[in-house]
Formats: sequence, C-alpha cells, structure tokens
Amino acid sequence: MNRKSLGIYIHIPFCVRKCLYCDFVSGPSTPEIQINYVNQLKKEICRTSNGNIVDTVFIGGGTPSVLDVNLLEEVLCKLKETFCLVPECECSIEINPGTVDYDKLIKYRKMGINRLSIGLQSCNDNELKALGRIHDCKTFEETYFLAREAGFDNINVDLMSSVPEQTPESFSRSLRKVAELNPEHISVYSLIVEEGTPFYDMELKLPSEEEERLIYHKTGRILREYGYEQYEISNYAKKGRECRHNIRYWQCEEYLGFGVAAASYRNGVRWKNTVDLKRYLGAELEEPMENSFYEEMEYLTEKDQYAEFMFMGLRMNSGISKETFRKRFGISMEEIYGDVLEKHIQNGLLERAEQSIRLTERGRDISNFVMADFILLE
Amino acid sequence: MSKIEQSKIRNFCIVAHIDHGKSTLADRIIEQTGLLTSREMQAQVLDNMDLERERGITIKSQAVRTVYKAKDGGEYIFNLIDTPGHVDFNYEVSRSLAACDGAILVVDAAQGIEAQTLANVYLALDHNLDVFPVINKIDLPSADPQRVKDEIEDIIGIEAQDAPLISAKNGIGIEEVLEAIVNKIPAPDGNEDAPLQALIFDSLYDSYKGVIVFCRVMEGTVKKGTTIQMMATKAKADVVEVGTFGAGQFIPCEELSAGMVGYITASIKNVKDTAVGDTVTDFNRPCKEPLPGYKKVRSMVYCGVYPADGAKYPDLRDALEKLQLNDAALNYEPETSIALGFGFRCGFLGLLHLEIIQERLEREYNLDLVTTAPGVVYKVHKTDGEIIELTNPSNLPDPSEIEFMEEPIVTAEIMVTTEYIGSIMELCQERRGRYLGMDYMEETRALLKYELPLNEIIYDFFDALKSRSRGYASFDYDLKGYEQSELVKLDILVNREEVDALSFIVHKDTAYERGRKMCEKLKDEIPRHLFEIPIQAAVGGKIIARETVKAMRKDVLAKCYGGDITRKKKLLEKQKEGKKRMRQVGNVEIPQQAFMSVLKLDDKK
Repeated sequence: MNRKSLGIYIHIPFCVRKCLYCDFVSGPSTPEIQINYVNQLKKEICRTSNGNIVDTVFIGGGTPSVLDVNLLEEVLCKLKETFCLVPECECSIEINPGTVDYDKLIKYRKMGINRLSIGLQSCNDNELKALGRIHDCKTFEETYFLAREAGFDNINVDLMSSVPEQTPESFSRSLRKVAELNPEHISVYSLIVEEGTPFYDMELKLPSEEEERLIYHKTGRILREYGYEQYEISNYAKKGRECRHNIRYWQCEEYLGFGVAAASYRNGVRWKNTVDLKRYLGAELEEPMENSFYEEMEYLTEKDQYAEFMFMGLRMNSGISKETFRKRFGISMEEIYGDVLEKHIQNGLLERAEQSIRLTERGRDISNFVMADFILLE
Repeated sequence: MSKIEQSKIRNFCIVAHIDHGKSTLADRIIEQTGLLTSREMQAQVLDNMDLERERGITIKSQAVRTVYKAKDGGEYIFNLIDTPGHVDFNYEVSRSLAACDGAILVVDAAQGIEAQTLANVYLALDHNLDVFPVINKIDLPSADPQRVKDEIEDIIGIEAQDAPLISAKNGIGIEEVLEAIVNKIPAPDGNEDAPLQALIFDSLYDSYKGVIVFCRVMEGTVKKGTTIQMMATKAKADVVEVGTFGAGQFIPCEELSAGMVGYITASIKNVKDTAVGDTVTDFNRPCKEPLPGYKKVRSMVYCGVYPADGAKYPDLRDALEKLQLNDAALNYEPETSIALGFGFRCGFLGLLHLEIIQERLEREYNLDLVTTAPGVVYKVHKTDGEIIELTNPSNLPDPSEIEFMEEPIVTAEIMVTTEYIGSIMELCQERRGRYLGMDYMEETRALLKYELPLNEIIYDFFDALKSRSRGYASFDYDLKGYEQSELVKLDILVNREEVDALSFIVHKDTAYERGRKMCEKLKDEIPRHLFEIPIQAAVGGKIIARETVKAMRKDVLAKCYGGDITRKKKLLEKQKEGKKRMRQVGNVEIPQQAFMSVLKLDDKK
C-alpha cells in the first residue's frame, strides 16, 4: 500500500467543570451521555474509512480522561478494526491532574496509548484558581509520578503564560519546576481571552504586552538550559520527542477528526463537525448520505493551499523547505511569493536557512503580520 | 383639457422651521384635495428620495398640482411648491418663493417661532408673498396657541388671531387651511399673449426625457414645438413636452400659460443649462429682460473626495458626472494627493449638502469614499498683487509670497431660551465670533446676533449649539463677505513626512489646539508598525504638537491546530484586507478611517 498515511483526532467533549478561559466544546457529562456519545463515535469511525494507514492518533478535549476508560477502549478498538494503525503509531491522550489513577493509566497503556499530555497550566496555586482549574500543583505532581510509574515515557506538560495574577517571576518558577521533572515535551501558550468565555466579561489583571514578550523570550532561554528545543511557536521538546500529530497539522498533511467539533482535512477539502452536542448525538450516522452533523465544508483552492502551507509551516522553527513546496505544488515558492519573501527577509522577519525559509526571532513575535502577506486575495 | 382661468389658480408654498410639520401638512393638503386615495399615500408624498425620508428634510424643491372643490362651489388648482428647509439651500428657497404668490407659515404650537422660521418668513415677505400663519400640533399637551399667535404678531407683524389651529399629523383643521388658501392667497396675474417669461425653480435629469425644467410661467405661453432659450446660460432647445405635476408623476398637457406652474422637457442634456433662477423665453419672440434675482450658485465648502479603492476612480468620476446632471450646485475638478492618489476637489453649498452628496455617492453608486477635512474658500493676496481663491490647503503659496489672507464671514442669528444665553455666547466666543447684539423676543427667549468666520461653523457648530442648549437653540446664517484674518496652514507629519490630505487652514490662535487634537486622534487610528512612528503637527515648519505610535511588539496566535486553521486563515485574510485599504505615506500605512476621523475632532469625549 502506498497510500498517504493519515492522522486521527478524536474529540471528547467532557470535563469535570469548564475553566473560565475555555473556548473548546466541552462540559460536564452523565454516564448515559458518555455511552451515547461513544456509540456515535464508533459509527462515525466506521462510515469514514477503507483501511487507511494511520500513524498518529490524538485524543483531545475537553478532558478525555473523564471518559469512562472502558468506553474509551471501545473507541480505540473500533479505530483499530477500521484503520491500519502502524506499530510505531504515536497515540496521545490529554489528561488533567487528578482525573486518572494508576489502574486507568495502566489500561491506557494496554489499549495502545503511548503519550500523555497533562494540562497543568501553572505551578502557582493562585494562578490556577484564577484560571478556574480544578487541581492544584501538588495534584499535578502526584499524577505525573503516577504516569511515570505506569510506564509512560513520553509526556507533555501544558503551561500558560499571560494569565491573570502572573508575573515574569512567577512564570519562571512554574517553568523551572516543570522542566526539573524532565517531561519529554512542554507546550507554553499565552492566554487568549475569547469572546463567549467568562473571562471575556471579567476585569482581568493581565500582564502587559511588554511583559508577555519578556516571558516568551525567557521561556525559550530557560528551556534550552534543560535541553529542550523550541520547534514551533508554542512548543518545546527533547530531541526526537516533537509531537508528530501536531506537526502533521503544521505541514498541512491529511487527518480525520471524529466527534463533536472535530475537523478533518483530506483531498483538498476541510470540514468540521457540528459544535452542537445534541445535533451530533441525533445524527443518523448509519445513513451513508447523512450530512446534518457537518458544520463547515471548505474546498481549498490552489491559492488557499499555498497560503496555508506557508502560514502553518512558518509556525515551525525549521520553517518551510523550498523543495517540499515545489514537490507538493509543482511550482517554486519564489514564483508565488518572491516579493513577500524578499520584503520580509529585508526587514528582518524572515530568514533563509539552507534550502528553507523560516521566521526570525523578531518574526515570531509578530508572526501574524508576516503570515498575512502570504494570503492571496482574489 | 379645458382652459384654466387664472382666477382659479393658487400658487403657494409652505414655510416653517425644521420639524414644525411642513411635509406633513403638505401630505394632508394633497390627500384632502382628493388627488390621491389614502391607500396611495406614502407617509410623505413630496419627499421622494429615500435619503430625504430618512433625514426628515426636503433636499430639492418639488411641486405638486391638486384640485380643490371649494365651499364657494368653484374648482381651484393648487400648485404647492415645496421648499428645502435648510440654510445650505437658501438660494433655491428664494427661487421657489419667487414662483409663488403666497405662503403658508407653519408654526409649532409648543415651540413657537424659531430662527429658521424668521429667516424663511422674511425671505417670503421680501418676495412680496402674502403670508398667512397656521398653528400646528395643537393637540400636543404643551401647545400654547394663544402665546404663539401673539408671538407671530409681535415678532413678524402679520395678522395671526384667526390663524387655523390644526394638527397636520392627525388631520385636524385641514379644511380650514384649504379655504384659507383660496381666500387669502392671491390668484396669479400675467398676460398669456405676452412674450414668454418663465422662472426656473428646479430641474431634474431623467435618462429618457433629458432635463425636466420646473418653472412658473410669469408671462406668455409655452407649448410643444416652441423654441425656448435660457436667458442666462443662453442654452436653446425645442420643447418636446409640457405638463403639470401629479403627486410623484408628470401629467402632460397642451400648454402652460401665464400664472401656471409646470414642467418643460426639450432634450436638454445637462442641468447646468437650466440653472435655478434663470428665465426661459421664446427664442423667436424673446421677452425684454430676464426675471430678477438670478445668481450663479457658488460653492461655499470644499473638500477632497477620493475612492477608497484607487481603481474605482473612473467610477467616482462617472458618479459625480451623473449627480451633477441633477445638482447644479455641485462642482468638482480632478486633483491628486500624494497620500490619497487620484480624486476630486468638490464644492458644495454647505456641510449638509456635502454630507448628502457623500451619502448618495456611497449609497446609490456603491462607492467607498475617503474625504478630506472640509474647508471654505480663502482669498490669498500675493505680494505680486495676484489674488488666489484657495480651495485646497495644499495649494497655499509659500508664506513669503503672501501679503495677507481673507476668510469668509457670516452673520448668524441664533434663537435661544434665556437660560442658555451664557453657554451659547461662550461657544460663539470660542469660535471667534463677534457679538453684534441681542433682541429679546419675549421674556424667555432671545435672538443673538453674531458675526462668525464660516470655517468655524462648517464642522460641528450646529451640533455644539444643540448640545449646549439641550436642543433648544436654532440657527441661521447669511454670507456677509470676506475679511482679513491671520490664517496659517497646519500640516501633519507622519514619520516626518507631510501628509497633504491632512493639511488645513486654521486661525493662528486655534492652530495649537487643533494640532494637538489631531495628533491624539491619529495616534489611535494608525496601527503599530515595525518601527516607532512620530505624529507631528507643524505650522510653517515649526512643530507644535507630537504623539508617538509605538513599534509593534506582539502579533501572534499561540495555538493553531486542525480545527483552528479556517478561523486563523480568516483572521489573516482580514488583516490582509485591512492592509489593502491602507494608504501608503512614505513607509507608513495609514488606514482610510484616519483621514475621516479628523473631521470629527470636536466630539466631546
């Protein structure tokens, strides 16, 4: 089989309680809803495939670890029945501190999950409280050690910068504390206050833009001390431990998403499932023609594909290989974007590195400003 | 159509202060003379442009002919000529009045006489019109008809005790008004066999018929085939059709003779040829002299009008051309700005006229516009004796070549309740007003007279007046003439480059204040760039104010996975669209909004 491999994303829209900044489709559930949801997931998986090779799986949420572990197993079984999961497949699940015990972690391992992503966000309990998280720092450490004990050797820890009450100093302390635990991967996102979240209507004491950038630059320096390399705007990893599933997104490779609000990209089409849980649960997924649970469907034009390849690719520190561009589109990057590249190399926001183009450090601070220029308007 | 006796014709108009109910009364008259059924009535029949309806004002004068069966048994022809209510259109008002033999004065039973009422009534009396008053809105709780009657007699000096008490809105007392029209407004005179002499009071461009001339025949007769000539513009044409005005439609007839109001079409291509106030005569049998009062319309306010998208320049030119077909008071000529590219310097009667044209360009022609700060016409006396009429601040000669400058001054009458006299006088002082005097209309109201520079009132004077008097002050003005003044050109420098489209002429005493406000406003409008951008205001090379737009520090979306790509792309598209709509000045991109925002400098925060 020489078909292209796929990545698979499974969305679990359940959590213990919604955090104050959370913009994802998620909320508390009942055992009954969980059962119904998993049944739908299995049907959706069934109707989509014809034996494709899958080499990355990502179970995200919400907090997937609040899903009953046996139900999760059913989903993964269905996945393995339907697709051809390669032996070295990267299979990640997001968990929150305090939502797993030793048994559950062992079961995860047995069903083939080999990577954990722990949503810590901060080691400072005041900050955790301000974010509306359910755990404290101590609970995180317990969960982390439990995971190691259960044999997980590929762990990511999520942190947030620019959160209320945070100072550059308190952030550094969180970061060092995590780095000392030595997880394989650390993600650091700066908080974005989205409309529709409780944060949007609250008076927040947020760090200034200057402090935020200070924190950002510090992050890279501190993590380098501990042997982490930045490989994307918000992601740092030990050598060889980059998240392959996410790299797939940034390289515009194909993926299928299952579950409410999940997005898929295949054959130049990107579509997204409904964000309405009721509608998803009500969809007649046995019907081959049923499409009421799709929300958006976008047929990417050639220009869309160029632009996405550029602005997604530039998120990565390795940048975009000219060779890959040419192979993929049959035309050279210079031919499409010569002027833009030249302009931003001139003003120090892009740089050439061997056969690729990437953002400079300054370019990463204002990446949107650069990326917007790769959009080709009609 | 049988011949109409002059004695059965009544040509009249309605004068009133804005909002006193002129259009509503016109509607009632049309309705109750039975020309239209109630079902056909739109809310305001005379105002047929959307824009007029929304703003609640009448922009262009129009006329309507109705038939009224009076109590004396006779059938009377009413020609109701509508007049614009705003001071910008004073000249058009005066020409409409000249086409009438009488006028109905509508006064609000609660508010009484306002500045504009006075201005319009005096204008009507100047044209020797017989004016009779009508007290409107008598069903309002605050109505005080007796006080208003006394006021009319005291202030204007016309008989008012038997004025009909009406509510145009609720149809009360309309019959009485109709009878008063028959009895109090004189029938026209004029000899239908004399050489043709007709007054143009409006004209309209129609793509099928060409220009439709609205006129009042003073002497003689005009019919199909007559070769007519406009006496001022000398334009000549053969009449294709004559007729009268139905409500919203044209009704052709055999001929128009002395005393009648109607329209003429003659395949005329441009309203410039049929200027309001001009006299139409028979080319083969001309009258001895034109009717008095013709004036060439002069633009009072100028501004630059540019297409937001440079590629739309030809569209803007076409749109202006078409609007001008219908609006002789609009003039324009091409100009180029370093900041805004190709556009036009346009002249208007006043700020309202400017706003209306701008809205029509945007609405009817679907154009996105950038306009520069409106200015007046300055007279620049150069050392070599030449006098320049300056409409674009960028064309101001070097100060060393200027002997002195003059600016237009108006005499303004402001009617205000006594409690607000203080704050209104303060406003006029701030605007460099010269106090001329004050008359008490009655115990609680006064008429303030000021001389004010026109450039101080074209921006937001009217708004300021309203806000400082809680809406009670009213205002009217007349151009007085030019006076020498210490004027300077205020330049705005963005990143040390002068932005020509932001320059304007200002009195030297207010330059600092305006410069400071402009810099503040621009600081909020210009987005952060890769580098720091100084924004400076300068007079004659000397910097008088400065603000700084800091360099861009952060513009990042931290998270972006499969489900976020569409949203992220839309965000970037928006950012790119935004960049496209920016104007490049040096290496700074200025959003179009910035050029407009400085027009609203005096908004109280």
